Amino acid sequence: MSLDKPYMDVPGTTIFDADMSRMGYHLNQFCMSLMKAENRARFKANERAYLDEWPMTEEQKQAVLDRDLNRCIALGGNIYFLAKIGATDGKSFQQMAGSMTGLSEEQYRDMMIKGGRSVEGNRYTGEKK
Amino acid sequence: MARITASVYTSHVPAIGAALDAGKSHEAYWEPVFKGYDFVKQWEKEQKPDVVFLVFNDHATAFSLEMIPTFAIGTAAEYTPADEGWGPRPVPKVMGHPKLAAHIAQSVIQDDFDLTIVNKMDVDHGLTVPLSLVFGQVEAWPCPIIPFAVNVVQYPVPSGRRCFMLGKAIRKAIESYDEPLNVQIWGTGGMSHQLQGPRAGLINREWDNAFLDRLISDPDGLSRLPHIDYVREAGSEGIELVMWLIARGAMSDVREDGKGKAPTVRQRFYHVPASNTAVGHLILENN
Repeated sequence: MSLDKPYMDVPGTTIFDADMSRMGYHLNQFCMSLMKAENRARFKANERAYLDEWPMTEEQKQAVLDRDLNRCIALGGNIYFLAKIGATDGKSFQQMAGSMTGLSEEQYRDMMIKGGRSVEGNRYTGEKK
Repeated sequence: MARITASVYTSHVPAIGAALDAGKSHEAYWEPVFKGYDFVKQWEKEQKPDVVFLVFNDHATAFSLEMIPTFAIGTAAEYTPADEGWGPRPVPKVMGHPKLAAHIAQSVIQDDFDLTIVNKMDVDHGLTVPLSLVFGQVEAWPCPIIPFAVNVVQYPVPSGRRCFMLGKAIRKAIESYDEPLNVQIWGTGGMSHQLQGPRAGLINREWDNAFLDRLISDPDGLSRLPHIDYVREAGSEGIELVMWLIARGAMSDVREDGKGKAPTVRQRFYHVPASNTAVGHLILENN
């Protein structure tokens, strides 16, 4: 019997559930390794070599190299783990979140100051705005 | 006997901690946020809690994907503020209350809530930002803290209903402790926010305020709200709000025997934005 996943039709949103977690296990654990300063240094020195130490898929490695967070999430990454890459790069959480929206850093910050993204038109995929 | 005198609710936005630690609390962007917490700092000086039972969530800090406990109670003597990748926050060590924590663990597990018991854990901004907001910048936290971690990172997270019922079991556990302690329970995280995907930046002021209304006056009904409502209306990370229902469930007015009175609302505050997030804060006193 299939599981109940009522969250599949929320636009621009990937819910990190047990299936995603299984898919992203090594990607997320690689991110976790960046909590240690020595690992951050080794990763920065040679990103490709550091990634090759992990049994991640080539797609996952490429998404990390590209800093494509949406792609990382589609491949099982979770934002709290991916944030460790951002911390390594010296990025704030707002810069990371904004990078996934197609807005510039300034546009995203302005949107937040004006009260954030409205839920109107953003509840269901395909919903008319 | 120990008694829960009040519950406190607050968001835990990491940028709030960063702003405070960098001395930016008087900047125009941050001032309205911190102003909302002036009252609680004074109130806590009068309340003088002996222990705070602090419901929070870890953000891939103490718990990686190696272990994902749904409910974890800290029974350690102390907890170190974690390095989350930006260096540890310059805040005091968190002292625990192992004796009361062990008592609560025993009671709540016997009440059918299967807690994970944690004797070693670093604590991240989910725990230390609420402490900073409520107690301010201090040399030492004014009382012992019992950290209670809830998984809200990997779905499915516990339901609002489960959290609410757990709160009731925690109240019973605390009230069966022999020492006459003044205990507060805090629910943290939220309010509406989404940190991931093209929908990042979602805020829902109307929904958040309705949540606050119902948390105060209809917590039982609110606890029946399904996860999908949180996700759709308050963003994928808005689901953290289920943690507030643990604290609310521990208040006297929802006890099964119906003998408790409605709590007094001592503070209610709401502000958008702090970084990516809507900030909510509430104080309810037991009567």
